[in-house]
Amino acid sequence: MNPFSYVLATEYQTAQAAILDRPAAKFIAGGTNLLDLMKEGVETPPQLVDINRLPLEQIEIQADGSMRLGALSRNSNVAYHPTIQARYPVLSEAILSGASPQLRNMATTAGNLMQRTRCYYFNDSTVPCNKRVPGSGCPAISGFNRIHSILGTSEQCIATHPSDMCVALVALDAIVHIQGSARNRTIPLTDFHHLPRETPHLETVLEPGELITAVEIPVLPFAARSHYLKVRDRNSYAFALVSAAVALEIQNNKISAARVAFGGVATKPWRDQAVEHRLVGADPTEETFRAAAEIAVRDAVPQRFNAFKIELTKRTLVRALTQVVAMPGETL
Amino acid sequence: MSSIIGQPISRVDGVLKVTGGARYSSDIPLANLAHAVVLHSTIAKGRITQINTTAAEQAPGVLGIVTHLNAPKLHSISFAQPGQPPSAVGRSLPILQDLVIHFSGQQIGVVIAETLEQAEYAATLVQVTYAEESPITNLHTVLEQAFYPDKTDALGQPLETKRGDLETGWAAADVQIDQSYTTSTNNHNPLAPFASIAVWEGEKLTVYDASQWVQNVRLVLAATLGIAISNVRVVSQFVGGAFGCGLRAWPHVTLAAIAARHVHRAVKLVLTRQQMYTFVGYRPQTVQHLRLGATRDGKLTAIVHDNLSPTSPFDEFVESTTNNSRVLYACPNVATTHRLVRVNAGTPTYMRAPGESVGTFALESAMDELAYALELDPIELRLRNYAETNPETGLPWSSKSLRQCYQIGAERFGWSNRDQKPHSMRRGNTLIGLGVASAMYPVYRLPASAMARIAVDGSVLVQSSVTDISPGTYTVMTQVAAETLGLPISQVRFELGDTDMPEAPLQGGSMAMASVGSAVQAAALALRGKILGLAIADEHSPLQGVNKEDVIAMEGRLCLQHDHSIGETYSEILMRNQMTQLEAQSSSMPGEERQQYSMYSFGAQFAQVHIDIDLGMMRVARFLGVYGAGRIINAKTARSQMIGGIIGGVGQALEEETVMDETNGRIINANFGEYHVPVQADIGKLEHIFVDEHDPHVNPLGVKGIGELGLVGVAAAIANAVYHATGKRVRNLPITLDKVL
Repeated sequence: MNPFSYVLATEYQTAQAAILDRPAAKFIAGGTNLLDLMKEGVETPPQLVDINRLPLEQIEIQADGSMRLGALSRNSNVAYHPTIQARYPVLSEAILSGASPQLRNMATTAGNLMQRTRCYYFNDSTVPCNKRVPGSGCPAISGFNRIHSILGTSEQCIATHPSDMCVALVALDAIVHIQGSARNRTIPLTDFHHLPRETPHLETVLEPGELITAVEIPVLPFAARSHYLKVRDRNSYAFALVSAAVALEIQNNKISAARVAFGGVATKPWRDQAVEHRLVGADPTEETFRAAAEIAVRDAVPQRFNAFKIELTKRTLVRALTQVVAMPGETL
Repeated sequence: MSSIIGQPISRVDGVLKVTGGARYSSDIPLANLAHAVVLHSTIAKGRITQINTTAAEQAPGVLGIVTHLNAPKLHSISFAQPGQPPSAVGRSLPILQDLVIHFSGQQIGVVIAETLEQAEYAATLVQVTYAEESPITNLHTVLEQAFYPDKTDALGQPLETKRGDLETGWAAADVQIDQSYTTSTNNHNPLAPFASIAVWEGEKLTVYDASQWVQNVRLVLAATLGIAISNVRVVSQFVGGAFGCGLRAWPHVTLAAIAARHVHRAVKLVLTRQQMYTFVGYRPQTVQHLRLGATRDGKLTAIVHDNLSPTSPFDEFVESTTNNSRVLYACPNVATTHRLVRVNAGTPTYMRAPGESVGTFALESAMDELAYALELDPIELRLRNYAETNPETGLPWSSKSLRQCYQIGAERFGWSNRDQKPHSMRRGNTLIGLGVASAMYPVYRLPASAMARIAVDGSVLVQSSVTDISPGTYTVMTQVAAETLGLPISQVRFELGDTDMPEAPLQGGSMAMASVGSAVQAAALALRGKILGLAIADEHSPLQGVNKEDVIAMEGRLCLQHDHSIGETYSEILMRNQMTQLEAQSSSMPGEERQQYSMYSFGAQFAQVHIDIDLGMMRVARFLGVYGAGRIINAKTARSQMIGGIIGGVGQALEEETVMDETNGRIINANFGEYHVPVQADIGKLEHIFVDEHDPHVNPLGVKGIGELGLVGVAAAIANAVYHATGKRVRNLPITLDKVL
């Protein structure tokens, strides 16, 4: 591990000053991903700015009914929050399908947005990687790419975004609250992560010094019937091969609204509104779901070892939608 | 009579382990300990053109760096002696003697510093440049370079065999199965990374190591370093798992010794998890070709089993997979071969049930395929080919309970409820499959010695240099000594894992109980005999002049079998003889019985697998193993062994695969996040049954060893259950969900 300096910040100003003070300095919260990467020499920040003392742990129900997850709210607390379990089961399920209880007790909401890919080659600092060292090449494209993406890839990068939580959050139209040194702003989570394109090293819209303060989940009444389905190589403690976050509103036995997002198959949390459009207005039948699933993989680009993800994505979506329809709850 | 042996006694070292009192090799508290970090190559083939250590040497806390530039001269040792116990050395080429890189992760130096963190940081400052060549990473690309190795493996199993006449066999066959099966590279992944602490006192070297065979590490260190064996002591009192990767003396142990001598300090060297994938061996992948011929009524007429596996550029390790194909079934015409291919990887090594587990996956999958081809129940097919004697040697079995294992297992598992048709059992979206396989493992035994010493207070210390990699060796040896001496286990302490103690063989091949247990019993009997001798010759003893054969040991006393009131305690005898203690040492070794009987343990293993019909996700919902394994010393530790074997088998069958990048030769999933071993959620109800089996021939204790047996047929049973559930015959391990979609 590289030697680094450590600053414990107790207010925004000192946190942001400490970040801007040293180029490539990093905020640290739960540290569940960053510390691993530092031990492997993948991340080499000269300075860590510990933000765990900032007042960002709250999970609040706001006046309009939306929920505000403080940047430092721990995954466990979000997942087991009774309002979230009742209104957004997809989010609770997504969080609980990931990592382990110990990790979820440490990991934070904002940290989840900032976690890095588990691409083998990104995580091996001795081999080239366009994400780690721009322009150095992508050994995943020519290498063992069974866990890699089929959606949103580029010639430079096929690394999969590893999050479960973010998949549920993009399905729920979550909004990221960002505090900058000069101004504060909000941005939909769907626009927070970049596609790799020619610049896979640029992963988010965050500018130097900017800090995520909260993730807001708007009111979405029909999300009470939502579900996260994760398909993986073992039944716990494994990243998704394919996952689907879905919510359906059914009125008069027709789908009146839908939310669909995928994980494990794309370079960023993958919301797909074309799939949603195909669902809306249709009968909630297997035939509809199969047709929507074809749309979901319309632009899929398989690699040597991951072509199975195309079929698996379709089946996962069909199953997830079928399960949501079967969920108890109001059918309007 | 048997009051202690067989009981489910909790581990005598359990409290130490759960309270942190057990000292593993990295836990030895030594003053002035320096820390070593191993440098390893990042390329898989080529030469080092330069190592620049200048910046690293100036880093804070650095005490020294050893590379090929300043390494002492080391000696080569022979890798394997055919027919001898598993060879000693992890690598015959001594390290740091030249510039050649054979595999990614090869040791190229060691950095020693005051603290671990300083050593780790300094290691990042060492600059190495290479002249890189294209490595051989995929054995399929160099099949033309395959060669036949020596005629036997290190345990004496033949690698190329032929019996009967294959042409006759094929001519008599109404049905044939002709398939290839592959298994993946697996790593042992003991929970505790291996660690060595080396201490020099003058010419004397002491190494605290994570080992399954301290005598072996001692021999290898002495030979490699060119010092007298008597100057080397190796201690391994607790080992956090090993599964075979502790059977050899690997180069990092030598590096610890070199590092300690270089800085004139005690040095601790702990491997990283990543290094555990390249420094201490692995179970090599296999490509196996199985051809079975059978008559319409299910009698095997011919078996051909050919195996191909990789080895390193510098040593020849054979994964001998065909043993059970030769001896499990009564088939007259059988041929087996092994070939090796050299790839740019470290040398493979033994991993739990080496050869037998992956070979049985192929054999018992093929038998399942044959059962379907013949429309026979898989158990019925096996019974029709039941070997009443060893079909290779003609020798009688010392004991064999396999028929009972099938019968008891089938009944217990509800086998008769199984609809043989594939894809026929379903509950909602879940496909259900039931599969069966046979298990079989040789009963090995090697010479071993032990010492037993009784103190005047009646407490007994027993020692042997065997290790305890966690099956419960401390406990079972204590039981044997206590039972033999008629003492409660609280009066007996067993010590192990130190080359200063009497010689013991490897703790591998499921032979520790048979070998060392017999020696412990012999030492305890010898001690008892000595004490009794004192009493019989003593006019003040109530046992004066009695026949030795009439005396038994019970409740801390020696007394007459027909009248327990006539006798006295060990303490009384010692005190009267003004002795503070008395000791006896004894050895035990196999004899002619091994030429008269064929000795194996057997089992039948049953798996119930649940598979999502669309998504392919799998879970082993139920597993039952029924075994004939001789006498079971401790029902509780034996249970741990058997369920551990099943869980290991679930990993082998469904999850575990070490992946090497084909271009750069690096292991890309060298961590617990991406190399999947089973988690609790993957495991359903596990059961085992030991058939009551008395084997008077195997060894004085009548034990057969159980460490490997529990794993042997697991992968095959699961693969057969997957076929039964889905109708898809997956012949390539691991059976990940993409293979059943």
